[in-house]
Amino acid sequence: MLVGISAVQGDFAEHAEIIKQLGAEYILLRRKEDAENIGALILPGGESTTQRRLLAQTGLYDVLSEKIRTGLPVLATCAGLILLAEDVENETPCFGTLPVYVCRNAYGRQLGSFSAKGNVGKIENYPMRFIRAPYIKKVLSDKAEILNETDGRITAVRYKAMTAFSFHPELTDDLRIHEEFLKSACAVK
Amino acid sequence: MNRSDRYQLNKELAQMLKGGVIMDVTTPEQARIAEQAGACAVMALERIPADIRAAGGVSRMSDPAMIRSIQQSVSIPVMAKCRIGHFAEAQVLQAIEIDYIDESEVLSPADDVYHIDKTKFDVPFVCGAKDLGEALRRIEEGASMIRTKGEPGTGDVIQAVRHMRKIQSEISKIVSMRPDELYEAAKQLGVSYELIQYVHENSKLPVVNFAAGGIATPADAALMMQLGAEGVFVGSGIFKSGDPKKRAEAIVKATADFNNAKLIAELSADLGEAMVGINESEIALLMAERGK
Repeated sequence: MLVGISAVQGDFAEHAEIIKQLGAEYILLRRKEDAENIGALILPGGESTTQRRLLAQTGLYDVLSEKIRTGLPVLATCAGLILLAEDVENETPCFGTLPVYVCRNAYGRQLGSFSAKGNVGKIENYPMRFIRAPYIKKVLSDKAEILNETDGRITAVRYKAMTAFSFHPELTDDLRIHEEFLKSACAVK
Repeated sequence: MNRSDRYQLNKELAQMLKGGVIMDVTTPEQARIAEQAGACAVMALERIPADIRAAGGVSRMSDPAMIRSIQQSVSIPVMAKCRIGHFAEAQVLQAIEIDYIDESEVLSPADDVYHIDKTKFDVPFVCGAKDLGEALRRIEEGASMIRTKGEPGTGDVIQAVRHMRKIQSEISKIVSMRPDELYEAAKQLGVSYELIQYVHENSKLPVVNFAAGGIATPADAALMMQLGAEGVFVGSGIFKSGDPKKRAEAIVKATADFNNAKLIAELSADLGEAMVGINESEIALLMAERGK
């Protein structure tokens, strides 16, 4: 299975490094033709305003949007969560496929960035890095499973084949989240 | 939170900027144009480097009220410059919760010996470097991001190219050294053995490295990215050009897909007037020589 990693902006190289370590194949997505044969998608951290513009301009948005709607497994971190969300505070949504209401820069400026440890679904004691992070104010469907709450705020959800985090699993050397994603993506296939 | 975790978070914010363009802006309106064009961050300053150069005189940290007005007008990170060694200006910028401080040679240096001890701050710092030694010395002092010094406000990319090539070739040299040669390299560059060892083992700086100085066209941005920059700063190049919005968008796209010559050809067409530019050899004041 080929993992497509959106590479228009952000920390895509960090995701790619982990996918490589786990022995899977990946392709960096910069143009729409890059996405043709992907069996899973990673939307990395970065600036969501920059990424959504570039996704639209490159034509990747149309290709990916169609695939996500028809069940492509997606792992989204930070900016990726914002791109997937059905509802974003003060902004029009991008893909709008994940039934959550998200607030951008919800912890304030860089001085509000922090780290924590907690359980993420079945994964115990996972190191979480929150960088000018968004959080999920509300889940908009009973079918969306909440994987983590930190300080009373929802920071990770799973819905159908999409898993999204307000923190950055790609910034740690703990590979469990990517490993679980690859396993479930292969099962979908 | 302990110091080392704070430093880690600050390095990680720079990782989020990778593949992006950071634009100099002087007004909230320019900041919004930059954000809408796809900038991943903005640098708030009263005068862009070309005007600082033209005006001469002492150039200082910008008015905090002006920086605040830019913070309020965009959702992307906002950076601001303080003078080299001027830790009180840096304290002011931290007090207004700036996302990144640029300890910058573009402003008049406040100290000709000491840089700011950046480990004393919670907000992150980006610093300029002409070569590997300078980059590692700034990192030792607590910088969590590095950029080339280029020659700001000229529209001449030659120095940014020189600095990026030099840093990359010096990294290759460290990588190829025998372990027992690393001690001498550390001594010669004036940095700790641990930093040299990191470069030796990882073939890169321990922080993100952007290109800055003289970048004025989509092809300039592509050149710097192909030379190994992880993103670019564009200062005077955008708002000193004929059609800032169009040029800003073109540079963002060129930075994102920097190997796509066909795309860059399209982006370079009908961009309007580029900033006029001054050749490196024609200028009296070399800002890159400030701070070593």
